[in-house]
Amino acid sequence: MPRFGASPGVTDSSKSAFHLWQGFSIAAVIIGVLTVALMLWAVVRYRRKGDQIPEQHQYHLPLEVIYTVVPILIVFGLFAATLVVENKATANPKTSVTIDVNAFQWGWQFLYPGTNALVYGQTTQSPVMVMPVDTNVHFNLTSTDVMHGFYVRAFNFSRYALPGVVNTFTIRAQNTGTYFGQCTQLCGLYHSLMFFRVKIVSAADYAKWIASFNNPAGIAAAAAALKTTTAELASGVASKNTYTKFGR
Amino acid sequence: MTDVLDPPVHVEHHDGGHEEHHGPTGILNWLTSTDHKVIGLSYTVTSVIMLVIGGLFAEIIRGQLATPNGTLVSLAQYNELFTMHGSVMIYLFAGPFAFGALANIIVPIQIGAPDMAFPRLNALSYWLYLTGSITMLSGFFTAGGAANFGWVGYAPLSNSLNTPGAGADLWIGGLLLTGFSAIFTGVNLCATIFYLRAPGMTMFRMPIFTWNMLVTAILILLAFPVLTAGLVMLYADRHFGTHIFSVAGGGVPVLWQHIFWFWGHPEVYILALPFFGMVTEVIAVFSRKPVFGYKGMIFATLTIAALSLGVWAHHMFTTGVVLLPFFSIMSLLIAVPTGIKMFNWIGTMWKGQIWFSTAMLMALGFLFTFLIGGLTGIYLASPPLDFFTHDTYFVIAHFHSVVMALVFGGMAGLYYWGPKFTGYLLNEKFGKMQFWLLFIGTQLFTIPLYILGLDGMPRRMAVYPNDPQWKTLNDISTLGAVLIGLSTVLFVINIVVSWKKYPAGDNPWDAQTLEWFTTSPPPHHNFYRLPQIRSERPTWDHNHPNYRSLQHGVHEGVHTLDATEESHV
Repeated sequence: MPRFGASPGVTDSSKSAFHLWQGFSIAAVIIGVLTVALMLWAVVRYRRKGDQIPEQHQYHLPLEVIYTVVPILIVFGLFAATLVVENKATANPKTSVTIDVNAFQWGWQFLYPGTNALVYGQTTQSPVMVMPVDTNVHFNLTSTDVMHGFYVRAFNFSRYALPGVVNTFTIRAQNTGTYFGQCTQLCGLYHSLMFFRVKIVSAADYAKWIASFNNPAGIAAAAAALKTTTAELASGVASKNTYTKFGR
Repeated sequence: MTDVLDPPVHVEHHDGGHEEHHGPTGILNWLTSTDHKVIGLSYTVTSVIMLVIGGLFAEIIRGQLATPNGTLVSLAQYNELFTMHGSVMIYLFAGPFAFGALANIIVPIQIGAPDMAFPRLNALSYWLYLTGSITMLSGFFTAGGAANFGWVGYAPLSNSLNTPGAGADLWIGGLLLTGFSAIFTGVNLCATIFYLRAPGMTMFRMPIFTWNMLVTAILILLAFPVLTAGLVMLYADRHFGTHIFSVAGGGVPVLWQHIFWFWGHPEVYILALPFFGMVTEVIAVFSRKPVFGYKGMIFATLTIAALSLGVWAHHMFTTGVVLLPFFSIMSLLIAVPTGIKMFNWIGTMWKGQIWFSTAMLMALGFLFTFLIGGLTGIYLASPPLDFFTHDTYFVIAHFHSVVMALVFGGMAGLYYWGPKFTGYLLNEKFGKMQFWLLFIGTQLFTIPLYILGLDGMPRRMAVYPNDPQWKTLNDISTLGAVLIGLSTVLFVINIVVSWKKYPAGDNPWDAQTLEWFTTSPPPHHNFYRLPQIRSERPTWDHNHPNYRSLQHGVHEGVHTLDATEESHV
């Protein structure tokens, strides 16, 4: 089946969103081609040939009913498919790995609660978020200043990082690899350069990576990073301690 | 000849005398006039200037994106440019052009009224619009530059901490002024359409354009006050120490999005419905047929308006705080009445005698471009698909297909009605060249953006150093934008070349509605006499008494023009 410009991505929900995309596209192409064909036929067949006045037809009730009812049926079909995929994409199953993502002007901080791991970087430093494959990874996404957009094309997914709100979602990656991510919501001067990367590794490599923060050098590095981060975040509007949940 | 021609109703008939309005002339007339035609012409000129200014910003944006590390403008200037491009096009061109310019001139004449219901309020609307436009654009002359937080002004980026400076305040002020201008025009249109219709002009004999303007005016009255309230809150947050949209003081930033889009989505239809109306009239006239499914068309318009008030959160699916399926199904359902319109337009052309004037070509350009914009909009109503297209160029491509369709509609309207309010036709050769440039330019401009969006290019990016492979598609899009710019230059040239050259006469298109019964341009109070109004196309009925609209199932042989038919009486 053609991809219609989209790609399946590397996660469970990215694939179901991709299939939904294909379904929508088939409907759109059929309707689009039909409509263009009707337009072209009208334009070619009924171009002006003389001063005759055509028959002044104004209504054709059965036809009008058909092109009202059929689209309603199509719409409800699309809606049903949407519901199935959306429920899957927004489900929050129990997980063992959690990543706290803090977006700020203009960079990202990835905290791994319960471990010493912390990744932090600004603009083109492109901090690398490491996550295990075939594991439900739970995300707590928030922002320390303005709104940002957490977007990874390979996930076929984006979510706003809102100040004052912790947005939660679960991603289950199926492939290892390094993928590109960036901020999609206008956040000020360096919005165009607010990059990060996602590195999906095997569960064993992930455990090794986490453990690498446990030696004294790793702990020192993380502490230094945390210090910089905290100073950076303190310049924002609110600190993480004051976050409250709204609207969930 | 079973039909007996109803004698025209003579409203007033003087030989000269009352014909000319005794008032100031020239610039003083322009400054003091309350005549809806003069005000409408001021609106037309001002809003087309805004289209050119917004277009220039767009060309600079496309120039910056022609290379991955564009250096045409700085990051800060880029943010100002796309903010002001969107703001100028949405707030200062599309809306005012539709309900300030064309509706102001055409609606009173279409329903046989001498003027708008409140002529002075109408003048106030224009002056608020002009001062609001100047206010918003003057941000460029402040130290900190113009507003730079996007045309949607999302909190908390738009607060005084993140966006200090007068440019943002001037943006808020300008928007408040033009907002009031829109509200007053909405009041005026409602009152005019409800109370000033000519004898015989019942609601279901109003032309589709007037119907669409009525529905637009109602939407304006429902939506714009909400925006005004939101802007006052935003200003208070910036300067009076309130915390409505700031987390630090216990406020909720997302509230701004709710307020903005509660205005913003009806606004999409406030912009679109007038242009739907223009295109409907043009297609019917140049197919020499009545509007197919006239009543279905009106109910489709009403349905769109009703649904448009319940879909605002589809702009907010990715915020994660309003993932209600309600907003998805409401948004999807808008496709149904929109589809009805599309098929009605095709039905109007069906078995017609299509005259490919510039106006008709522009209307066909509208149909094709709007079809693409409409179909891609359906994807965005589905949250899982919105998750990966939101804030990417896919969305940009979608709504630029839609708004470029509106530009086609507006051009159709100008070529069709321009002769009515200026008295002169535009050159058709230049018009057709303009159409082809605009048509090819628009598709070259938008279609690469769909692909870029699906390839992951976010909107509002001044540079894309990590993805130089996006350059080719961006360059094609930039080429399209240049062609669109050239088509606009051609339009201006056409106006200069055709200046007072081709007198139009009262009814150059053998058109159907009441405005074509009077002179071009119409006299001070629009009519000396009115025809009998027995359908939604009184001028046609008057000129072609044997060719009234047929209901379904009625078949008569194809008629030919006979000697009793006169194109003008």
